[in-house]
Amino acid sequence: MAKRSYTKTYMPEQAPETRMHNFEEVALGYDLESGKLEASRCLQCKNAPCIDACPVMIDIPGFIKAIEDGDMPKAYEIIARYSNLPAICGRVCPQEKQCEMVCRLGRNKRFEPVAIGKLERLVADWALEQPIEEKSTAFDKGKVAVIGSGPSGLTAAGDLAKLGYDVTVYEALHAPGGVLTYGIPEFRLPKKVVRKEIAIIEALGVKIETNVVVGKTITMDEIQQNFDACYIAVGAGAPNFMGIPGTGLNGVYSSSEYLTRINLMHGYEFPKYDTPVHQSKNVVVIGGGNVAMDAARSARRMGADKVTIVYRRSEEELPAREEEYHHSLEEKIDYSWLSNPTEYLGNDKGELVGVKCIKMALGEPDDSGRRRPVPIPDSEFIIEADMVIEAIGQGANKVLLDTFPELAINKWGYIDADEESCATSVPGIFAGGDIVTGAATVILAMGAGKLAAKEIDMYVTNKK
Amino acid sequence: MFKITKMRQLSEKQFEMWVSAPRVAGKAKAGQFVILRTTEFGERIPLTIVQTDPEEGLVEIIFQVIGKSTAELATFKEGDSLHDFVGPLGMPANVKKYGTVLLVGGGVGIAALYPIIKELKKAGNRVLTILGAKTKELVILEEECRKYSDELIIMTDDGSLGEKGLVTNAMEKVFAREKIDMAWAIGPSIMMKFATMTAEKSGVPVYVSLNPIMIDGTGMCGGCRVTVGDAIKFACVDGPEFLGSEVNWDEFLLRSKQYGHEEAESFEAYQKEMADLG
Repeated sequence: MAKRSYTKTYMPEQAPETRMHNFEEVALGYDLESGKLEASRCLQCKNAPCIDACPVMIDIPGFIKAIEDGDMPKAYEIIARYSNLPAICGRVCPQEKQCEMVCRLGRNKRFEPVAIGKLERLVADWALEQPIEEKSTAFDKGKVAVIGSGPSGLTAAGDLAKLGYDVTVYEALHAPGGVLTYGIPEFRLPKKVVRKEIAIIEALGVKIETNVVVGKTITMDEIQQNFDACYIAVGAGAPNFMGIPGTGLNGVYSSSEYLTRINLMHGYEFPKYDTPVHQSKNVVVIGGGNVAMDAARSARRMGADKVTIVYRRSEEELPAREEEYHHSLEEKIDYSWLSNPTEYLGNDKGELVGVKCIKMALGEPDDSGRRRPVPIPDSEFIIEADMVIEAIGQGANKVLLDTFPELAINKWGYIDADEESCATSVPGIFAGGDIVTGAATVILAMGAGKLAAKEIDMYVTNKK
Repeated sequence: MFKITKMRQLSEKQFEMWVSAPRVAGKAKAGQFVILRTTEFGERIPLTIVQTDPEEGLVEIIFQVIGKSTAELATFKEGDSLHDFVGPLGMPANVKKYGTVLLVGGGVGIAALYPIIKELKKAGNRVLTILGAKTKELVILEEECRKYSDELIIMTDDGSLGEKGLVTNAMEKVFAREKIDMAWAIGPSIMMKFATMTAEKSGVPVYVSLNPIMIDGTGMCGGCRVTVGDAIKFACVDGPEFLGSEVNWDEFLLRSKQYGHEEAESFEAYQKEMADLG
């Protein structure tokens, strides 16, 4: 075998100058040869730490070995045992904080870890090209309702169908996928990939009903009557606003609105699709997470002259994935570090013309362990802007919760569910994902979905 | 897909449509709305539920052609299907027994007012109704509203039906004449703003039903936010009904116009496309 390369095998990307003007995927994927080469870097550890670091505990050395052997069906079969959404995870998981962080190869100073995420994507993309097999399971174990068709709900639904449950997923919007569909942009996660992975889950026998707002279209009472158990995975789903003066001006958006217009409603294809997105010259994005990156890079692709991310801490504390940050720099996104908006300035037509910010300094660490940003007096400055997008997180959406007061809520307004079992205060009702934890990652939501499926199986089996 | 079981033209630009949506029909209350999409390319259009037939599983909506999406909706016929139809969304109207209530509707807003008139009457109120429109042809649901009203006043801009004048003129007369315990005003934004001011002058609280630009309609995006009192409210989940006196009308009116340019562009492109098709 050839000597192991110190660095990950290169995955081709669209050049920044090109991709700044389109919504097509940035990272283009491995071919089989690159995949085999990368797979050969894996040390095939006996007590592989990467498995424990994976929220759904994929047998990572196992599928990597299969790639190295050129056995793609086997590689896929291994991954599919653990994950219902591998093409999605291969693209959006923060591997650098999970499996790749603990990779023994990468622990050696000179080596980068194995590109586990990219290899997962290779296998999953291969699988998406294969014909979908309809499974003919007898669904005789019971009936389960899943509320929300995001990563958590889809994972639970897929696992429950595999276990022999008759599963119905209710989705409030007109298309399934949750954040995968309305939130994460096409250039990071093509919707074609999302649709195909959902089709694979449907082929397991899972029924997805769109246009159903639970709490409005059907009630929790009806769900409790008609199903043996229910998994609530509706996501966080209510945008926070800074609430500073000028929030009502035209040109002020939540990242949820901006990204929903673009992704779910295809606003970047207006007027072929009916929902428009403003074309703005100077865009300011507030926040430093992955959603802020998505919003800023979308605004870049919509043709903005200048896109500035305003973040109240410094580069070191930036919560976004390194890869996203790196891509944003390549796409000429500017950063105003240690800054916080205090007011949106408008003209007499109610249109945004500028963002007034104040400089921040980092003080003592707060509850999260990060140094708390504090405003520096008399340091205000103005950034010219005709659009501002607030990407400062989400709170709990109350539409379902308000109609189901029996369900205990925690002090942050999220569902009070047991971390070990996803059980809630109501027997038979389980909950997981962002509606329990607050906004987190796709893979953590999937981990909760897997756990919920297992617990629901136990609950229904014991009840009968 | 949601089948259209009945389609009727009410005036040049106003249409009545019945859609088969049993779950929505079974749950809808006065004041709630649906969101529909014509096709997979369509935008999400919020429309107030006029009435339902729960036994048949039908929902009635009334709309006026104002742009591309509503123009396209008007081309749908009985037997065609809408791509998406979801609801009932928003909070129901605050229906209860107040005593004497005044219901003011303008233009196509009468369609949203009618179910509230009906429920307020059923709740035991004395119901006074004022309907306003530009011309006689645009006064919709006159007989239906009359059926549940103790008194019905009609105002038209040109005097072609009822009295000539604005709904606010009629409101002033009613306020001068008797004590009103609660009022509603539903219609064009500017009408609701002035109806609120008129009611305020007489110290009568008035509910309005706001129709800002919406996308998801489930509280997820915040695009429909309005300033009510000192708070940011989402019309789709906190409303659409709010006390008119608490609404920041100037902001609301400006926000409603924020896509005027794109709306015009889309409508023109659609009209050209239709013309090219002959």
